[in-house]
Parts: sequence; C-alpha cells; structure tokens
Amino acid sequence: MKLSQDKYGELYLKMVQTRTFEETAARLFVEGKVHGTAHFCIGEEATGVGVCAALEKEDMIAQTHRGHNQAIGKGMDIKRMMAEFLGKETGYCKGKGGCMHIADFSVGSLGANGVVAGGIPVAAGAALSQQYFGRNNITVSFFGDGATNEGAFHETLNLASVWKLPVLFVCTNNLYGMSTHINKSMNIADISLRASSYGIKGLSVDGNDVLAVYEETLAAREEVLKHGPLFMVLNTYRWMGHSKSDSQVYRTKEEVAAWKEKCPIKRYREFLLKEKIFTPEQLEGYDRQAAADIQEAVDFANASPELSIERIFDDVYAQGDIREQKPKNGFVL
Amino acid sequence: MREITYAEAIKEAMCEEMRKDERIILLGEDVGVYGGAFGVSRGMFEEFGGRRVRDTPISELAITGCAVGAAMTGLLPIVEIMFSDFITLAMEQLINQGAKNRFQFGGQGCVPMVLRAPGGSGTGAAEQHSQSLEAWVSNAPGLKVVIPSTPYDAKGLLKSAIYDPNPVVFLEQKLLYRTKGPVPEPSEDYLIPLGKADVKREGKDASLITYGRMVPRCLKAAEVLAGQGIDVEVLDIRTLVPLDREAVIQSAKKTGRVAVVYEACQTGGFGAEIVGVIASSEAFFYLDAPIKRLGGLDVPIPYNPHLEAQVVPSEEEIIACVKSLL
Repeated sequence: MKLSQDKYGELYLKMVQTRTFEETAARLFVEGKVHGTAHFCIGEEATGVGVCAALEKEDMIAQTHRGHNQAIGKGMDIKRMMAEFLGKETGYCKGKGGCMHIADFSVGSLGANGVVAGGIPVAAGAALSQQYFGRNNITVSFFGDGATNEGAFHETLNLASVWKLPVLFVCTNNLYGMSTHINKSMNIADISLRASSYGIKGLSVDGNDVLAVYEETLAAREEVLKHGPLFMVLNTYRWMGHSKSDSQVYRTKEEVAAWKEKCPIKRYREFLLKEKIFTPEQLEGYDRQAAADIQEAVDFANASPELSIERIFDDVYAQGDIREQKPKNGFVL
Repeated sequence: MREITYAEAIKEAMCEEMRKDERIILLGEDVGVYGGAFGVSRGMFEEFGGRRVRDTPISELAITGCAVGAAMTGLLPIVEIMFSDFITLAMEQLINQGAKNRFQFGGQGCVPMVLRAPGGSGTGAAEQHSQSLEAWVSNAPGLKVVIPSTPYDAKGLLKSAIYDPNPVVFLEQKLLYRTKGPVPEPSEDYLIPLGKADVKREGKDASLITYGRMVPRCLKAAEVLAGQGIDVEVLDIRTLVPLDREAVIQSAKKTGRVAVVYEACQTGGFGAEIVGVIASSEAFFYLDAPIKRLGGLDVPIPYNPHLEAQVVPSEEEIIACVKSLL
C-alpha cells in the first residue's frame, strides 16, 4: 500500500514524539521532579501510533496504563499530557489522574486505565452507543497480554460478539504481565486464538512494523463496521521495566538487546530512507520537531499551577439534570 | 388515589421515561421476554423491543462496564443486576470505571446510568441472595445511593435517578416488590429529588431513623407504641448518598431520643454513619439518651426461616429499643 507523504510523516513523527516524551519523562523521574509513577511503552510505539493513524477523528479509543503511543496517536495535546504527568492543573485531568488516567474526550479518547482490562467493557459500551445511534464509527479497546487473563476480557468479547458491536479489540502483546512471561500465564502461544471461543476473527500482527499495523487496522475497521468485533494481537516488546520501580530480574540483558535490534522506529526509518520517501535531512527535521514539541510541553507543564485543594470536590459529582443535555463529540458533557 | 405495587411503580417510571426519551435503555439478565427475575420489566420487551430492552449474557462485570461506556457516550442506561449480591461481580466497573470517572478525568464527562438491584433477606434465598450491601456502595465518592420504601417513592426517585448525571445505585427491596401503595395516575407526573429524606410519621417522643424494608416495620412498631402512649417519629432517609443530614439532625433535635434501624450487618453498616452525623452535630446537645443502633446480626443470612427472621431487626426488637430510650 502506498501512503501519502503526510501519512508517512505522521507515523514517523508520532512514534518519535512518543519516544521522546517517555525518555524525557524517565529523565524527570531520575531528577526527582515527579511524584507518582508511569508505565513506558518504549519499543511499542508502532502499536498505538499505527492503529490510531487508521482511525477517523470520531472513532473512539480506550487506552491502557501504557498508552502514551495511543494518546499521541489519537491526537492528544502533548503539552496537556506532560502537564498531567507532572500533576498540574493544566493537565488533562487537572492533575487528579496522572499518566494512568489521561483522557481527551474531544479527540475520542475514553481515557487510559489503571486497571488491567478495566477499559474493555467501557469500550464495548461506547460501541453500543455508536451502534444504537447509527454513528458510522468504531471504538478501539486497547489492552495488554495480561488483560486477556481477566474476566472482563472474556465477558466483553462474548457480549460484543453477541451484539455485533463495532469494537476492535487490540491486544498489545509485549510478552510480560509485569514480571511474568506469557508462557507462564497462559497455555497458548498465539493469543489471537482466544477470539475463536467467541465467534470472533483473531489476527496476529507484527507489532513492530508500523505500516503492517496501520494497514491491518484500516482493513479491520471496515470489517468491524460491517460485521462486528474483531480481535487483533500486536506482537511487540517492552524495553523498560513495568514501572519505575522494576529492576527487571526476570529477563536477561541479551533478550532485551535482541529486541532493541528490532526497534520499530529504526526499522521504519530504514524503510523510509531505502524507499527514498524521505531524505535523512527530512527525518532529522521530524526528530528536531519532536524534541522541540516535548521541550515546549515540559516548559508549559513547569510553568503551570497546581490545583488548589479548595477545588477538590469540583468533579466528584456532575451537577444538574441530563434531560436537556445532548452529546458533543459523542460524549455527554 | 389508585394503589399499585412497588414493582409496578418501578416499571411505570422506566416505561414513562422511555416513551419520552429515546436515550434510555434497559439491560440485564432475563429482563426481556422473561420480564426480569422479579417480574419488574414484564411487558417492556413487548413495548420497546430488543433494541432498548436488552437481554444480556450472565456477565455482571461486562454489563455494568458496558453501561458505563454507553452512559459516557450518549445513552442513559438502566442496568438490572438480578440480585444486589451480584454487584460483587460488577464492583470493578461500578467503582473504578463508573464512580471515579468524572473526577479522574478532570470533569470532562459524566456517567448518567442507573444500576438497579434488589436486596434484602426474608425470601429463604440464603447467604448469597439476601444481603444488604448499601454500605459498600455508599463509601465510593461519585456514586449516589437510593433505597425506596414505598411505591410512590420508588417511582419518583427512579425518575430522578434516570436523569441524574451521575451513576446511581438504586437498591430495591425484594420483600417490598408486591406491597401496594398510593401512586398518582401516570398523567400526573412527579419527581422526588435525590438527597431528601421523608418524615413518614410525625412524632415527639423518639425518632426511628431508617430506610428500605425497615421503614414499614418501624411504622408498625410506631403504631403499637402509639397505643401505649408513646409518640414516635419515623424518618425515611430514602437516599443514602447524598444524605439529608439536616433532616436527620432536625429529627434528633426534635425528639432527643434516637434509634437507627437497618437490616444490614450492624458493624460498619450505614446506620453507623447516621449515628455519626447526629453525634457530631449540634443535635448531640439535645439528646436525652444514648443513640441506639439496631442493625442486623454480624452473620451471613441463614436459610432456615426461623433463623433468617431472627438475624434482622424485628418489630418487637424495634419496640423494645424505643422503650429503652425513654
């Protein structure tokens, strides 16, 4: 498939933005500037970016706790993401949610989730609204390999299949649920087989090949709109530990090094140069733009105030009556 | 005024609003042609069809989470959980995804859903089908919690719950489903706001503060006590969250003698919260006796009918409790 220059560029830029965002975030941790935690998707950039590039603006996503690639992919504002990471009022959740709960209803994000598999039923519910109101859109439910051992995964795939909901289930298989390798937590090597129990088609895709992810998602989106749910497993690898406190005693340095050789950004970059889609100078231009975007985000976040405790009750309950309210961007506001 | 049952009142609330607002749907196990395990939705499938009255697989977690996502995106879902005991299976979605939604996303949206579930003992359904779990859901900021005691209240409160922009846990009472009470004709629409308690009986000597199935029991006890010259007030709090603190405090100040009556296990039960509201308010200075807390025994609900009846407050115990205050 031949893409437009803009699309090739978008895929590259968003992957580099994701990596730069996370490398910067990791550095802020080391410098002691962050209170809390974050889960990095370095090495998995092609998954969220590739999937979201194939979606329409009105399509929805439910992200995971390891979802900066998904968020940037769907078009979230990096400044407000960084502000949330640093706990500032200008962040997406006013500093109340942190990285694990970044959401942007205006771009169709139902929110990242701190609970493994927690977003799967919610995504199905959004798809129910899309189907019910005849919106020609889908919802993507992102989750990891570990989530496929949760009841929420099995219950929701079954329900979505029975109701033919327009939901695309996307499993980012990075081989580890925290420290536990999938060969210790499930007795199948190909997670996509699980779809067959629910009468859903399962696909297994190289998650480090951003073009494959993009193209498979484009096709899957059409199929989901016509026939209902589909389950796509994107096979990839988590370079960093589970969270900032992980010393990674459960895997070898050689294993990590071997996967780093399969870096999705490096691979895509080599493809773009080999096919002469971009010159090295053009790619460096994207690199510089990503670096500048992230620096701007850090500056924005650093300059932002923190929420005052006087406003802590503001969003516990919504006020008023839903009778006259109409959804905006598909969301009830 | 005509009389209808508590179950009919709940169905009327749903049907009348579903006719007006296309966004409202009902989903749950066997709510379709079967009409719900307790017959509450009988006839609704025939009127509204399977698109709006949706039978689900036996998957409480997925049903509840699906309602959360649907509510975020434009629908007004009513979920029926067959027995309130089964919210144990739905808690992750109800609490982590539903209750915290607006707060954790910085106020971006809301979750206008209702989770209806019948609770309470007295049907011989034993440990896993008889619990009163209102305290669990009252300790989760973001949720509202309602327990109606009459057909009139059930209808008016459910209508408010449907249009409330927050997730509302609407705890019905199994033993009240078949009880009748006055409810205006459908042409006379009314709402009862969430967060308003109701004095079900005025009195000056002592206050029984209660909710749900214990309301009719307290009213009967008050009747007996009235025959003995003791004038008891019965305050039905109706909505646990938000709690009408003012009404609780006023009743305590008025009578100076208070017993809080509830069916759930006494320890950590919602009655303790009511006691706390009184004890930490100016009503404390009006008390003429220590506040009594009459909850269920701290045991699971047993099967044997004699045992089952004795683990929750009886009319006799309520009467004795009031007398001990005087």
